[in-house]
Amino acid sequence: MSQPQDKSRRNFVGTAAVAGAGLGTLALAPGLHLIQVSEANTPSQGASGKVRWGMLIDTTKCASGCDACVKACNTENGINETLKDARQGSQWIRKIDLKNPKTGQEHSLPMLCQHCAHPPCVDVCPTGASMKRADGIVLVDRHTCIGCRYCMLACPYKARSLVHLPLTNQNPEVPRGQGCVESCTFCVQRVDKGLKPACVESCPEGAMLFGDLNDPASEIAQRIANEKTTQVRGDLKLNLGVRYQGI
Amino acid sequence: MKRMLVGLAAILLLAPVFATAGAPKPNVIIENPGQCIAPTAEMRVNHMKMLNHTRDRTLRQGIRGEKASLNGCIDCHASKTTGSVLGKDGFCESCHTYAAVKVDCWQCHQPKAGYKHAEAAGVKP
Repeated sequence: MSQPQDKSRRNFVGTAAVAGAGLGTLALAPGLHLIQVSEANTPSQGASGKVRWGMLIDTTKCASGCDACVKACNTENGINETLKDARQGSQWIRKIDLKNPKTGQEHSLPMLCQHCAHPPCVDVCPTGASMKRADGIVLVDRHTCIGCRYCMLACPYKARSLVHLPLTNQNPEVPRGQGCVESCTFCVQRVDKGLKPACVESCPEGAMLFGDLNDPASEIAQRIANEKTTQVRGDLKLNLGVRYQGI
Repeated sequence: MKRMLVGLAAILLLAPVFATAGAPKPNVIIENPGQCIAPTAEMRVNHMKMLNHTRDRTLRQGIRGEKASLNGCIDCHASKTTGSVLGKDGFCESCHTYAAVKVDCWQCHQPKAGYKHAEAAGVKP
């Protein structure tokens, strides 16, 4: 997916664009300023195959009964519809409480799309709508999704939902609508701006860590290298982007 | 037979007159004239192609900030009275109704400008 980039040329063009922006008030034509031209012609480089976005969730810090991450997700992604049957509502992230009946040990953890390196949802999609970006984020292309829900069956983590009713109040950066399957996007609209996903930002305990698994210097890669982490249903060998600690 | 042919010819000749008289032209209101990303003629013919290509690059390759974007359309073309590109005199809907071309964008995309997006409201980062 990633195209080789000629860095020097790109830098030169970037510098030229900045220089252009400096002359921002210069009008090329009535109503058309140079700053608009320079801004309009510098799209971002896009998702890089060198990066693999991942998340580390420390369940020992995650408090039972706290759903700050779920609320933040719903607000950020405009999930605000109410359905007669709550089970049909969209759910990109959910809180799960686990108890070992033998020892009585309890865990609370958020469960979301695990952004597998080998995603079963992508394997089964008949239209190619379910897809993985070069940086490892698994997405649904709603333009080609036909709402067959095969991916929902294939996902071992129950991470996906179907939108059942027409929607009107979407976030402009997060288009979503009736008849399409959807799931956690790692807040791709934020990640592309250099921000962290909304759930990570919102966690009051700091139990969620987001970063680049491929960068050995990143905090997440360091912790995964030095501490014990678990992949849920690791036996499936899907190479998950989301790792847990303490379970 | 001759009379039929004459009748047919008359209908064919008059057809364009009826066509132009029959359908009222859409009332396209351009709120910010002269600032579009391309000349009007090109936009009329190619806007759907521009958006189609951009949407694939944005979603599948993560390339953002391209020249053509649906949110860019809305920022300029949303009506100043209704705030939307839809509605009877809405920029998109008025023309698409006239051309009888169904537009599905707004089943998923937000058709209103100035949407106040609460930044993860109520939950402190």
